[in-house]
Amino acid sequence: MNVEFVLNGRRVSAIVDADDSLYKMLRSLGMHSVKCGCETTNCGLCTVHMDGKAVLSCSVPAARCAGHEITTLEGMQEEAARLGACLAGEGAEQCGFCAPGLMMNVFALAKENPHATAAEIDAFLAGNLCRCSGYVSQRRAIMKYLEQVTGEVRA
Amino acid sequence: MAKYKNYVLAQSLEEAYALNAKKSAVIVAGNMWLRMCGLSKQMAIDLSALGLDKIEEKEDAFLIGSMTTLRQMETHGALNAAFGGVFREALAPIVGTQFRNTATVGGSVFSRFGFSDVSALLLALDAQVVLFARGAVKLSDYQQEAWDRDIITHIRIPKGQRAAVQSVRVSATDIPVLVCAASVSDAGLRLVLGARPARAQIVVEHLAPDCGAETFEEIAARTAFGSNLRASEAYRRKIAPVLMMRAAKACREVTQA
Ligand SMILES: Cc1cc2nc3c(=O)[nH]c(=O)nc-3n(C[C@H](O)[C@H](O)[C@H](O)COP(=O)(O)OP(=O)(O)OC[C@H]3O[C@@H](n4cnc5c(N)ncnc54)[C@H](O)[C@@H]3O)c2cc1C
Ligand code: FES
Ligand code: FES
Repeated sequence: MNVEFVLNGRRVSAIVDADDSLYKMLRSLGMHSVKCGCETTNCGLCTVHMDGKAVLSCSVPAARCAGHEITTLEGMQEEAARLGACLAGEGAEQCGFCAPGLMMNVFALAKENPHATAAEIDAFLAGNLCRCSGYVSQRRAIMKYLEQVTGEVRA
Repeated sequence: MAKYKNYVLAQSLEEAYALNAKKSAVIVAGNMWLRMCGLSKQMAIDLSALGLDKIEEKEDAFLIGSMTTLRQMETHGALNAAFGGVFREALAPIVGTQFRNTATVGGSVFSRFGFSDVSALLLALDAQVVLFARGAVKLSDYQQEAWDRDIITHIRIPKGQRAAVQSVRVSATDIPVLVCAASVSDAGLRLVLGARPARAQIVVEHLAPDCGAETFEEIAARTAFGSNLRASEAYRRKIAPVLMMRAAKACREVTQA
């Protein structure tokens, strides 16, 4: 079946099977930032935005995307550079495999609750697993990023 | 992973119901669970275009569309204000925000998962399940039934109650080892135990909200628990009175607030 939707601000179409996931469709369209870690909704690696909300692309049916707006990290390069610099600055990455999914969810957090406390950051990002960082450095980096977004200096 | 031959975006509930009459069809809500089931179906029927993703406040109840996501319920101001923030508390531990942006209340209620925080809370709140063909049935009855081919259109939650949920998890975001949901209304305290690990059930109703610790011990002693990978029967039986006591206390505190 043919699915027409808006990908990173551009109208696109893709031929998909009835049981294809959004993840598979995005990869076929060259969106290689989108990765699959578990395929069981547990790791957050496949996070993209659907109509502005963070969703797990491994489990959203590709066919459901017709007429909707999908955003991947490829469509948020400016923000990705800013957050990436914060992550690098805080030593918050080792292998970096979790980063695309984490970043997409941090962008969702920045939109929904830019003044998030440390506890709120932890709660919002609970579905983004990272096997390397131990999360503390990620939290520091996200605090720094949110400071840039809001212009507010945190204690 | 689930296999579908055809994908239909239903244009009406009538269409969805007619298509779902065949055993070779399946309703797709959030697809979070379904996707992992490994089933193979001729047709997937998507309910996402039917406007069933709304939370409506009526005079005496909230009417929640079956495609409403867990995150919508968690963040809905009026719903949380009416029930002392219990949806925020109870749903936040479920996997992650992205997950809850997609998993639906209808998928949770239909599935009758033993581990469901959602079913336990809705049972405590005396919710009704509104089905396309059968109309409204009590969740406490629906919860006991076998899966059928009717479609859940809404969940109805009567107002005038305060509720609280307590759960124990081996690690954050995992499914619970035990859930206790409590509500207080004019009819007294109602307690539900879920993740026993069998389906959630009402273990007591019409109790005085300020009953003593021995009451919770007695309820735990006559409730059926089981063992699974997450916890033993004995462990569940041991922690149940504590969760019931905490949930009842939290309920009283919300009521008095
Ligand atoms: C990894 C994982 C962890 C989880 N952890 C928890 C947890 O800790 N606590 C908790 O409470 N829940 C948990 N859940 C369950 C989750 O909250 C949802 O209940 C589950 O995903 C089903 O919702 P869905 O919208 O994804 O439904 P789907 O997967 O789309 O559907 C599930 C079933 O319901 C049927 N169905 C869906 N909607 C309707 C309808 N309107 N009418 C009739 N039939 C319908 C479908 O045909 C299917 O059989 C977890 C699920 C997963 C996958
Ligand atoms: S790949 Fe989607 S949540 Fe892990
Ligand atoms: S940096 Fe390796 S998984 Fe997160």
